[in-house]
Amino acid sequence: MISLDSFLETLSTGSGFWNPLVWIIIVAMAFLLIYVLRSLGKKEYKEKTEQTQSFLSGNPEYEKEQMTIKGSNVYWGFTEALKWAFNVLRKMHTGNASDYVLWLIIVMGFLFITVFITGAL
Amino acid sequence: MNWFETITMHSPALIVAVPLLTGFLLPLVSRINDTVRNLFAIIMLSITGFLIAILGYDVLTNGIRTYVFGGGNTVVNLPSGLMFHVRIIFEVDVMNVFMIFITIILAIIGIIYSFSFMKKEDGLDKYYTIVFLLITSTLGMELTGDLFNFFVFLEISCITSCALIAFWVHKGESLEAAFKYIVVSSIGALFFLFALGLLYAQYNALNMATIANSIQFSIIDQAALVLMIAALAMKAGLVPMHMWLPDSYGEAPPSITFILIAATQASLYGAFRVIFTLYGNVFNSINLASLNLVLTTNTMGWIIIALAIITILVGVFMALIQTDFKRLIAFAAVAEIGYIFLGIGVRLASKYVQYTGGNATAVAFTEYSSIALNGSIFHIINDCLDIGLLFLVAGAIYYATKETSLDKMGGLARNMKYTTIFFIIGLLAVSGMPPLNGFASKLMLYESTFQLNPIIAIIAVLASIMLLAVFVKVFYSAFMGPEQPKFKEVKEVPRGMLVAMGAIVVIIIIFGLFPNLVINNLVQPAANALTNYTTYISKVIPGVI
Amino acid sequence: MIYNLPFIIVVAMIFIGLFAVIFKRNLVKIVIGISIIESGVNLFLITLGYREGGVVPIFTSAPADVAENAPGSMVLPVPQALTLTSIVIGVAVLALMLSLIMHIYRHYGTLDVRKIRRLKE
Repeated sequence: MISLDSFLETLSTGSGFWNPLVWIIIVAMAFLLIYVLRSLGKKEYKEKTEQTQSFLSGNPEYEKEQMTIKGSNVYWGFTEALKWAFNVLRKMHTGNASDYVLWLIIVMGFLFITVFITGAL
Repeated sequence: MNWFETITMHSPALIVAVPLLTGFLLPLVSRINDTVRNLFAIIMLSITGFLIAILGYDVLTNGIRTYVFGGGNTVVNLPSGLMFHVRIIFEVDVMNVFMIFITIILAIIGIIYSFSFMKKEDGLDKYYTIVFLLITSTLGMELTGDLFNFFVFLEISCITSCALIAFWVHKGESLEAAFKYIVVSSIGALFFLFALGLLYAQYNALNMATIANSIQFSIIDQAALVLMIAALAMKAGLVPMHMWLPDSYGEAPPSITFILIAATQASLYGAFRVIFTLYGNVFNSINLASLNLVLTTNTMGWIIIALAIITILVGVFMALIQTDFKRLIAFAAVAEIGYIFLGIGVRLASKYVQYTGGNATAVAFTEYSSIALNGSIFHIINDCLDIGLLFLVAGAIYYATKETSLDKMGGLARNMKYTTIFFIIGLLAVSGMPPLNGFASKLMLYESTFQLNPIIAIIAVLASIMLLAVFVKVFYSAFMGPEQPKFKEVKEVPRGMLVAMGAIVVIIIIFGLFPNLVINNLVQPAANALTNYTTYISKVIPGVI
Repeated sequence: MIYNLPFIIVVAMIFIGLFAVIFKRNLVKIVIGISIIESGVNLFLITLGYREGGVVPIFTSAPADVAENAPGSMVLPVPQALTLTSIVIGVAVLALMLSLIMHIYRHYGTLDVRKIRRLKE
């Protein structure tokens, strides 16, 4: 039922095409090139010496549990800059069970008004 | 007829009956032993999967199949010559086969995962009973050709999934999430019943094909369309009616969330069926003379596009600031539903496009609108698999560390190597990275929406990039980082959960490397079956062109 | 005009039920509002089956002229079947909601919907 060469077809969207097997071959060749270039580099890596200590601009290193960046602080710059948008969204999601039904009625009313006024679609 | 044809003829009814029987027999079987119960469950689900494979093969090669409950013909010939349908009819075309295929994959993998995940919990016989009733109702929603039957299965799925969301009754949040879910769902289902009553009063029929044959667009039909679309879009998770979705997906046990995704997609399938088949004649007969170019140009299509854009943006923005792992994935699921609705809206809105010359010309469903519908339908299965895999990984982390908050995790990649690899693949698939399956469907959506209006495509691409940012945040805070002393004893999760996650990863990679396999054999026939509503009608009422 | 009265009552009941769900604070009142909406929809289903001057749609011991000459003067039976199904579904949903309210009261100590908001934003 499924012929063999249908495995190798390209997906054609209306204005382009996409063939994952060709993509994988090209990316594999690129990785091979990068590996060759990397192996031409220096070979002086010794483990567990001064080379592997982390550098924190001269600050002392604390316990591991105090050194991690917690999950909610990761994108601090982005959330600070767009604080107006996020506050509007936070206020919209109140968590009140009656508000859930209120949003459903608002959208239904909006659809009613639009469909009835504009008539035949 | 030999036995194979007999089973194929009865398979639409058996697919709903076998999980129902299993659900009612499970409390008896689980009195014997736990292993016997697990074995019984997985054997019955495999039988259902075998029946679905048979039915799918038959529908893909032979066309639409109908099953009349009570035997006999689909219509009754009255002496006056009028042909009247009298029985409940299951009508299976390729779109239905696509949806039940998704449901049974999610059900089998969910049950295998919950064997290991829920092993230490209590009250498991009731759990498996209600899970099988949920699977029955989802399969019934996707097979039926009768509107009131759809309503009954919708209510069954609403009640059973509420009971499952509240499974952990020792936590207060699960009960709150279940209460909010059932309040909103029952009001939505009551509005669906009201619209159903309106259509019955107008046309004296409950069958989808009969109503589609004789529909005109009067005031009552417009009211019924609005009520149905609002109720079904609320069950699917369209913004701003989406707020039950993060609560219930985030507080249910993760193996239940996996099967709940299938129930949500069944309501989405209901929206497809209402728009394209039930009102297919109305949407197809928009003609140039009735267009008032100021107000009425493809109004329903543009409203759905606007709601879909808001869904994508709100889903992605809210996902960025969450701290709870499962709630974050639930908001990403809301954003993915927006992509699917975007494809529907572009398909509807592209029938007449106003060019800058000032005259609206007939585009007549050219190339890019069918690519949009194909991308939308392909995105249903991609969304289920990717978001499902992420929920299973969240469940694995909860099983191993008993933590759900991202602030308290860190450095887990040292202990749980396989889970990290599965999470990386899920991350790349959800944000649409080549060569995985998310990229193939999202590429079709980007290319087709760009040709309708470039701004829509730009917002969709930016939202995909932000989804990548959201999940890289999760990957960093859960798996990377220095090793925490409190996680020193954490081991890899049991083999059952790894097998379930591995199976999904294999399917994701296969769908990504050979997208044409799925599109030519499943998605394109499904889109054709959806838009050829006349074939759907003529199977029930013979003689209609 | 008198024959339109049930439909007006249906719309009034749905609006009263929606008002109770959206604007009342007690959880039990929200559940009562949902029950009122369901009663309104059931009334709608029964009312649309009425035919003027019709009798009960049972053939056994029907009046003689109805059974043989004019079966069309019976009230429609199909919406009555739909209403029975809907009443049963409504009972199940109501039982589930009330048991959830009992559990929620044990955990939260209050029935105010604005305070049961641990899952917000």
